[in-house]
Amino acid sequence: MKFTWFHLMPWPHMPEDFREKNRSVWVDLPNRMYEPERGHGIYHQYLDQLEYAEQVGFDGIGVNEHHANAYGLMPSPNIMAATLTRRTSKAALVVLGNSIALYNPPLRVAEEFAMLDVLSGGRLVAGFPVGTSMDTNYAYGTVPALTREKYAEAHDLIRKAWAADEPFAFNGRYTKLRYVNCWPKPIQRPAPPVFIPGGGSVETYDFCLDNTYSYSYLSYTGYMRAKLLMEGYWKRVAERKMDESPYRAGFAQVVCVADTDAEAERLYSPHVSYFYNRCLHVYPGFADAPGYRTIKTIQTGALSQFTSAGRDYPNMTWKDLTENRYVVAGSPETVRQQMEEMIKTLRVGNVFCLLHLGDMPDDKVRHSTKLFAEKVMPHLRNLWPDWQNHDDRFWIHPMNERVSLKAAAE
Amino acid sequence: MKSRLLKMKALGAPIEVAEAGKGRDLLFLHGAGGHMPNDRLLEALASKYHVVAPLLPGYGRSGGEDNLRDMLDVTLHTLDVMEALKLRRPIVVGHSMGGMIAAEMAAVAHTEIDRLCLLAPAGLWLDEQPVVDIFAKLPFELPALLFHDAALGQKLLTAGGGSMDDPEFLKEFLVTRARRLGMAGKLLFPIPDRGLAQRLHRITARTLIVWGAQDALIPLAYGAVFKKAISKSKLVKVARAGHAVGQEKPAAVLKAIRDFF
Repeated sequence: MKFTWFHLMPWPHMPEDFREKNRSVWVDLPNRMYEPERGHGIYHQYLDQLEYAEQVGFDGIGVNEHHANAYGLMPSPNIMAATLTRRTSKAALVVLGNSIALYNPPLRVAEEFAMLDVLSGGRLVAGFPVGTSMDTNYAYGTVPALTREKYAEAHDLIRKAWAADEPFAFNGRYTKLRYVNCWPKPIQRPAPPVFIPGGGSVETYDFCLDNTYSYSYLSYTGYMRAKLLMEGYWKRVAERKMDESPYRAGFAQVVCVADTDAEAERLYSPHVSYFYNRCLHVYPGFADAPGYRTIKTIQTGALSQFTSAGRDYPNMTWKDLTENRYVVAGSPETVRQQMEEMIKTLRVGNVFCLLHLGDMPDDKVRHSTKLFAEKVMPHLRNLWPDWQNHDDRFWIHPMNERVSLKAAAE
Repeated sequence: MKSRLLKMKALGAPIEVAEAGKGRDLLFLHGAGGHMPNDRLLEALASKYHVVAPLLPGYGRSGGEDNLRDMLDVTLHTLDVMEALKLRRPIVVGHSMGGMIAAEMAAVAHTEIDRLCLLAPAGLWLDEQPVVDIFAKLPFELPALLFHDAALGQKLLTAGGGSMDDPEFLKEFLVTRARRLGMAGKLLFPIPDRGLAQRLHRITARTLIVWGAQDALIPLAYGAVFKKAISKSKLVKVARAGHAVGQEKPAAVLKAIRDFF
């Protein structure tokens, strides 16, 4: 198993009456709410937490890209990952990822990911999300029905740029470059391992299988609801007669660990509530621009998860959230049992643990993180013995002789 | 209205064409919402004209939307449709997005289009009077956005029937919406401006511009800009009408067209 400690970096100072006063946490929330001088401390606290996760033994630390919102303050995850390259030495840097359809030219992603891979000595996991509709369409103006074609072309360009040893011309529909020449190029050859965040479209299943990419399902509705979608993926793997390495798949899970179940509720319930009720308060008119999803995806009914589930949050209690496993919370033993069930049910080798939530203060984040690392993670390490608990195709290959950085030792 | 399929070789898919009435040829290009159920404007126009109303790819039974990506693709496609329909010097009428397409056609092929009618056309942008973002609107908001009389709008827009609680209807509704607005987004998202302003001067057609005085989607102020930019043009304002000016006041729009041409 590979455990990645994942940060969303939300704005933790949304007021009590946030839902009543604002229609959306994303796209049109006035940025007067953002206070840059407070933001300074918050960014550094969040980066410290990612570094702490490496210290206590997580395999990876993760960041991602979002725009125009209080849900996740990383318009450029690469900047965050760059700071982490100098203050960590072992963990995979899981950038999940860069929304490649948004870059002009998308070669920029090939270059920056190569920089990160070189800086980190070959520790980059590269993520290529399509991006949410809020980010890609409403905040960044990409035409919804052209998003996927643009994405596919950008992907093609990036992979060719990494593979080539000399300049070449790229005549795409959306990007035309007479000289593609990616300096630097990544340490990991032919490319860093690639993770693709997916939401249930058949096209994405095939895209991952065609390219040997790991399919990462990032949901906040927990593993019971994810079962159907992941079964669809594994069914596709079987149809294509490919091996069933669990590392072909990953899942994001909200996790809270305390000494007892009751203590978990007492410690984390307000922050879980902040996350589900404020951070995920997206105006439905921004959730899914018409044309963003393919007709095939709508027809398969994969959207059922977006219609009812998402809207229930405001009425969900701690009990609802934990019983339905949106949140895996409790004593180390409770969390271990539920995580094991999740990992086996979904058949995933990668888990993205969301241990910081909403407005959770630093001491609680570290408490929960430490308990997970010390009392839960060791018991989950050996769940895929048939695969020697590792799959070379879906994890990093750091170089052997890396420079030692002073800061990392402190 | 009867409808038929028309083969379009270049598009690689057939398109649907609705047709009714007798008289002079009138080519009608619909807006982003497509034709309304029992469309009152088409009905009124067909009482005096031979109305031919092709559906843009992505609408109804018209396919091939994946092959149209930008304004030029759509403009040339629609000129191809006009040619394939063998219309004789039709009055070209376009509503909203259809008005934007009609204006582009008249600018690009100004020797072929000499009678043009733009009903609250899209295609321009004024910072001080922004066009409403239809792509961030929820279905229940549309009647009040499109009609001065929201209750009438509600009745006209939902005449097709169906319940959102029925999963099959919901799926069908979502597919229809994704196809239509997915296509419309190629011309209108995120800002409905594809450079028409710099081409309007090429229009030589006699042009009638019609606007609902209470248009809440594309404000009336745009009417004056179109009028100023097109040399042989006239602007008619229709009282107590919203953006769906033709469906809200079909008789007034018909009269304006009859008077002008």
